[in-house]
Amino acid sequence: MKPATAGWVFAAPALSVIGLFFGLPVLAALALSLTDFDIYSLAHIDNLRFVAFDNYVNLLRNPLFWSALGNTLYFVVVGVPLSIAVSLGAAMLLHSKLGLFKPFFRTAFFAPVVTTVVAVAVIWRYLFHTRYGLVNWVLSWVGIDPVDWLGDPHWAMPTIILFAVWKNFGYNMIIFLAGLQAIPEDLHEAARIDGASPGRQFRHITLPILGPVLLMVSILTLAGYFQLFAEPYVITQGGPLQSTVSVLYLMYEEGFKWWNLGNASAVAFLLFVLMTAVTSGLMWVARRKGVE
Amino acid sequence: MNDSGLSPRLAKAIVNGLLIGLAVLSLAPLLWMFAVSLMQPGEASAFPPPLWSSSPSLHNYHELFSRMGMGRYLFNSFLVSTLVTVIAVLLNTLAGYAFAKLAFPGRERVFRLLLAALVIPAQVSMMPLFLMLKQLGLINSYAGAVVPGMAGIFGIFLVRQYARSIPDELLEAPRIDGAGELRIFFQIVLPALRPILVTLAIFSFLGAWNDFMWPLIVLSNENLQTLPVALASLSREHVQDNEMMMAGSVVTVVPVLLLFLVLQRYYLQGLLVGSVKG
Repeated sequence: MKPATAGWVFAAPALSVIGLFFGLPVLAALALSLTDFDIYSLAHIDNLRFVAFDNYVNLLRNPLFWSALGNTLYFVVVGVPLSIAVSLGAAMLLHSKLGLFKPFFRTAFFAPVVTTVVAVAVIWRYLFHTRYGLVNWVLSWVGIDPVDWLGDPHWAMPTIILFAVWKNFGYNMIIFLAGLQAIPEDLHEAARIDGASPGRQFRHITLPILGPVLLMVSILTLAGYFQLFAEPYVITQGGPLQSTVSVLYLMYEEGFKWWNLGNASAVAFLLFVLMTAVTSGLMWVARRKGVE
Repeated sequence: MNDSGLSPRLAKAIVNGLLIGLAVLSLAPLLWMFAVSLMQPGEASAFPPPLWSSSPSLHNYHELFSRMGMGRYLFNSFLVSTLVTVIAVLLNTLAGYAFAKLAFPGRERVFRLLLAALVIPAQVSMMPLFLMLKQLGLINSYAGAVVPGMAGIFGIFLVRQYARSIPDELLEAPRIDGAGELRIFFQIVLPALRPILVTLAIFSFLGAWNDFMWPLIVLSNENLQTLPVALASLSREHVQDNEMMMAGSVVTVVPVLLLFLVLQRYYLQGLLVGSVKG
């Protein structure tokens, strides 16, 4: 076997799996989203009809789709910057020469990342329980009345955002830490001798050098946060008053609760288009600002 | 952070205070989960909530395994995650090595296509994939849960990045001696890739163990459910029993935490190969 033949033979199994169980279904989803595939088609394929863009049009007319989109955007717009800020803050603390026991702290901050989202969501729901949750108890020390975290439509999404930040910040922290460690120490040294304050050093040295890492982390985090599903599924079941129904939650219910698979495929594609648009937009802005 | 005009001792106190605070926030929910899992039924439904049981016991764990079938879910999770890990490590390694070291026609084009496909969220494929597996009779089977995870673009990419550092001479010498490509792969390439294989294995295992949406869709049969799916349905049906739920969470979370604690060097290294150098 020549190396060139071996190359194809070695790559073929993985490529077949990806093609058959990912590539093909993605293309099929596009076709499926143009049909009215539902529980009747599931029973008998003759019931399937081509409906062109009806699913998309109907979705854009469906108030629930817009509120799911709104909830998802809320989660992304508040959650992503908060998550990145905490990650960067934690990375700078770990990078500081003043910190002690750094391997311990790094492991502690990272532990939530590897936990199973469903299991820790169950904990979260309990911590934020109105009556006997630990969070309301701690708040009562400083005289704050019990908050109905998960029962009040105004508080449910913020609670889920806090959960997501707690769960995920360690991931980006590791990447930021590597970025910080790659900055030559003499740059800060020189700035210090010239009398630059830590704030100015951060703005004029750390942030610009970290720019490409920041861009990449933002794109990865955006993509991840657009796919909000397990958290509302376990913590709030989309409630209260559908305030935590996300786009993927809607897709799941459409597809696998009501068996409107054509409709659900259209939801998935709209989400994909939105994600692509937002991340491309971010990259365009970054390029104009001279990052990367 | 050490020249802010603050005295060095104060700066040091602030940095370490913040580190401790953040560590408490990170770990408290996990420690609390463990503490509540040892409480008697109903004990945690008090205000203020007790921080430690007055008579800690393994009662909830015993109930979970004897009455709720937790052993079954634990087995399902281990089986699915192990199968995914073994198959994905093998297939991704073969492909990643091929993309790095074996020049085959169309290689660059296929690789670019793979990288482009990375931006497509897995959920887009789920509806047709479900229908496909239904046709194949694989819904409610372990195979149905395993199949989509058997290879992944990220895994191929990870191996490729690492395999590029293998010197060509190491592969050329045995070729001249007449060794077959498979033999070269198993005797030279695999040992050289060992660190990244460990990384890939941890990623695969953690990914499969923690996965929720796909197993939720494909494993509706209670006997086949993995831990996250079983835990989610437990929490929807018996929401009241917090102590039991916490014990279930402990069982679900502890295996992956242990895996990470023991092998964190490999895990964190993989995180950086996959992101910064990307």
